[in-house]
Amino acid sequence: MTARLFIRRKTSFPLFEVNLLEATDEQLLEISREMGLGLNVQEMTAVREYFRSRGRNPTDVELQTIGQTWSEHCFHKTFKGKIKFNGKTIDSLFKTYIRKATAEINPNWCFSVFEDNAGIVKFDEKYGIAIKVETHNHPSAVEPFGGAATGVGGVIRDVLGVWADPVACTDVLGFGPLNYDYEKLPSGVKHPKYVYMGVVAGIGSYGNNMGIPTVNGAIYFDESYVGNVVVYCGCVGLLPLEKFRRNAKPGDIIVLAGGKTGRDGIHGVTFASAELTEKSEEVSRPAVQIANPIEEEKLKRGIIKIRDLELASAITDLGGGGLSSAVGETAKRFNCGAVVELEKVPLKYPGLAPWEIYISESQERMLLSVPPENLKRVLEIFEGEDVEATVIGRYTDDKILRIYYQGEKVAELEISFLFKPPKTLKIAKYKPAEFEEPSFPEPSDLTETLLKLMASPNIASKESVIRTYDHEVKGNTVLKPLQGENAGPNDAAIIKPLEDSWKGIAVSCGMNPSYGKIDSYWMAASAIDEAIRNNVAVGGRRIALLDNFTWGNPEKPERLGSLVRACEACYDFAKTFDTPFISGKDSLYNESPLGPVTPTLLITALGIVPDVRSAVSMDVKAPGDTIYIVGKTFQELGGSEYYKLNGLIGKTVPKVRGDQAKETFKAVTEAIDLGLIKACHDLSEGGLGVAAAEMAFAGGYGMKLDLRRVPRENLSRNDFVLFSESNSRFLVEVSEKAREEFEKLMEGRVYAAIGEVAKVPRLIIRGLKGEIVVDALLSDLLQSWKQTLSKGA
Amino acid sequence: MKREEIKVCILRVGGTNCDAETRRAFQELGVQAEVVHVNDVVKRRSLLEFNALVFPGGFSYGDYVRAGAIWAKWMLAKLGGELKTFVEENRPILGICNGFQVLVETGLLPGFDGISPYPEAALATNLPPGYNCRWVYLRHENNGKCVFTRKIPKGKVLRMPVAHSEGRFMFAKEKEKRLLERLYENDQLVFRYCHRNGDYANGSFPTNPNGSFHDIAGICNPEGTIFGLMPHPERAFYWWQQPDWTRQQWMPQYGDGKLIFESLIDYLIEKF
Repeated sequence: MTARLFIRRKTSFPLFEVNLLEATDEQLLEISREMGLGLNVQEMTAVREYFRSRGRNPTDVELQTIGQTWSEHCFHKTFKGKIKFNGKTIDSLFKTYIRKATAEINPNWCFSVFEDNAGIVKFDEKYGIAIKVETHNHPSAVEPFGGAATGVGGVIRDVLGVWADPVACTDVLGFGPLNYDYEKLPSGVKHPKYVYMGVVAGIGSYGNNMGIPTVNGAIYFDESYVGNVVVYCGCVGLLPLEKFRRNAKPGDIIVLAGGKTGRDGIHGVTFASAELTEKSEEVSRPAVQIANPIEEEKLKRGIIKIRDLELASAITDLGGGGLSSAVGETAKRFNCGAVVELEKVPLKYPGLAPWEIYISESQERMLLSVPPENLKRVLEIFEGEDVEATVIGRYTDDKILRIYYQGEKVAELEISFLFKPPKTLKIAKYKPAEFEEPSFPEPSDLTETLLKLMASPNIASKESVIRTYDHEVKGNTVLKPLQGENAGPNDAAIIKPLEDSWKGIAVSCGMNPSYGKIDSYWMAASAIDEAIRNNVAVGGRRIALLDNFTWGNPEKPERLGSLVRACEACYDFAKTFDTPFISGKDSLYNESPLGPVTPTLLITALGIVPDVRSAVSMDVKAPGDTIYIVGKTFQELGGSEYYKLNGLIGKTVPKVRGDQAKETFKAVTEAIDLGLIKACHDLSEGGLGVAAAEMAFAGGYGMKLDLRRVPRENLSRNDFVLFSESNSRFLVEVSEKAREEFEKLMEGRVYAAIGEVAKVPRLIIRGLKGEIVVDALLSDLLQSWKQTLSKGA
Repeated sequence: MKREEIKVCILRVGGTNCDAETRRAFQELGVQAEVVHVNDVVKRRSLLEFNALVFPGGFSYGDYVRAGAIWAKWMLAKLGGELKTFVEENRPILGICNGFQVLVETGLLPGFDGISPYPEAALATNLPPGYNCRWVYLRHENNGKCVFTRKIPKGKVLRMPVAHSEGRFMFAKEKEKRLLERLYENDQLVFRYCHRNGDYANGSFPTNPNGSFHDIAGICNPEGTIFGLMPHPERAFYWWQQPDWTRQQWMPQYGDGKLIFESLIDYLIEKF
């Protein structure tokens, strides 16, 4: 007869002891499954060993705490674990590539990176900028509105969690094609259109309600996102550096502030670290939290006041893992133990078991540690904002976590054990994709092709979505996401966060999932290049990067192999461009009945604009001005929107020639500083053709270009010159009187004057034989560009 | 009174979020402006310490029920007496966006016959529905009654951004003709959505961004001392907030939004 696995303790509330000591290996897994712990045999065995040494069985509270702390979501086992790849063993992707790049670049303007909820860089002598980008893919797949809204709420709390006042939000989204055939949808997968509407509404709702402008973002469509929606939410904040407090000590009081705790968001982290299945909806619906942005708005006010008065010694948000993560991580960080009395936690409704209270991920909650002498004032401040704040325990000096419920001790764990999960060893393999470079005849009419490209979902205007986000609130948005009456797409947004300074923050992003299908190394390199060049295009410099990985199941060697390759590129190009990583987040296990997600790396770039008055927008300004292309064009159409339009993928994925790219970026920055550039736009999806069209209709003037003058290599087809997506290129507008100075500055760099801004409202492009290959009315280009997503969400 | 003696109260509750930029606008013009939480007014302050009151933009109490409705009832219940005195003494009250919604829900606007016990108008869900953030043109319609636009010539076209999902000004269908006439008779019409050249939007989207009746963007009470508008003057205050500043060789230092704050200050200096 086998032993009973769960033994109810004789308490007035539900509390179970779990019979680990007598459990077989098989039963260990059964326990993990039954309790939703998400731990494997190796980890469960380590837990059993620990309790064997204690001579007792764990409680459900203890096992759940361990399950949360050791989850992929909280502990990043894949990025911190060991990986066998190409005959070598990588000890932590994070340390080997991401953190290493930052350490080697070691800029003196990094204030605190990879330490807290968000990275912090210096803005000026007094202020710092905090930034974080989160993934919220899994919850958004199950409940699009709530998943996306709480993604925004969570990332805002990350920024509050380093004492910063949020000043801007970003969001980058990936959906399946909106016209996806309903018949092809497997059971349990929601239609992309439904997901799109819900996610967009959720993001807008949270940011708008909080009064934080959503200033930058992107939307991509890809078949692989049908089953795996991609939701990246970012937040930028500002903090006076001298108010940054991080010195909790034994005796400090643990204060839980904000919303009440309920059953929403139970096992969010374990859910986020598993593949989505047909049953995700049914099983994991409770894993998605419920958003209440007004609660967070009030909470923010209280926190900023407490920060300014320096009343607390540490702060962290309650996100994945709820109290279990927040308390445990704070205790670990400050070398303390903690005592928590769970019955003090304010609940939405009665009946929660202690373990549910401890791991619930209910939203809008923050954890502060407060020296006893300041407690009264802290509670008063929260009360003044109508925010509930409760003392739930205190930090101790013995490095042991003790949890009580109504006087009964329900958990006692050593902090050192809790944060030392067994290191995983995963196997990675990489095999280049076996795509062929297609061959097809050059179309005779490229006007038609360009019009079609303008309308392709990844290029088409996202105005209908952007206008549902308030990008003006706070009145500090100097460069807006949409430029001019025709709403041209600016490359980056600029915020002027301080009243008495002209200094600005430029936020941009880069993401190229299509290249990820061919080669994840060059995809990552391209994303870095794109994020940086978008920033450079508006006048940003001194750039810091954030990495956000959305990948498939890392237990599958090929998926992990492509992840390793992407990390290699992150190291290589962060070093090349002197752009340190300061924060990041990974979302793995993005697999659904339809297969894995296309490896998708989002790079967010945070730049400084020394004087926002010199910012450059992307719209052309005056007829007669010269249009230059900066950077070289190669035959790199693999993964391009042009190939995609023809149902192709190819393999000549765009590369990044680091040294040349760096030169190009430097030149553009110099020219902007000298006031020589009137408009600047980066070349990305759709290449030269699309960038030129966007600049023209955004400014309301035509453009005449000549492809013969485009600096290029191995290119003899008009369509390829026009639509190649080679990296590190810009189109810039220079006035007649600045031409000479501009050309002098550009000497020795790859650039060329390729045409001019014209009064006639047409885009006219001459081909390599001097023939006219594109002649399109701006109004037609604009209409194609706007119609695809005009209905909005 | 002197400019530097003027005290402006920018009220806030949970969900108010345009208070900081509104205060900045007033401070830039040399008056004292303070952001005050309503809890503080109830506990230890008084609205009557101030010469002018602003209900700023945001989502007060989450805008549950109807936008502005909860804050409006809260004000009447907790601070109704002070608010009434404030109005009777002709101290000016400004409502921007959510603040406009609050003023309509409290019965302060349009206020045909003083403070109405029920809302006489509504700021309904936009048509087309949904949140919309964009710059619009406004034509100034007031003949001089509204103290918040006294420095703006009639017929002048101003530019400001809107950002809301409930901004469609409307009267009850059966009364709309008569009530519109009363707005005109009392000189209560202040701003209407228009094209760049000043032609009225005539309901066309997005020139009229919310389907507002008669293209109405802002109105005042018959005394001209209470003014509500959906667009955000505090976001059109400085030149660098304008959407087209990167296109211009030269920009005036301030945007059109400043005229509203300036008019208010002008009135206070003259009358008190």
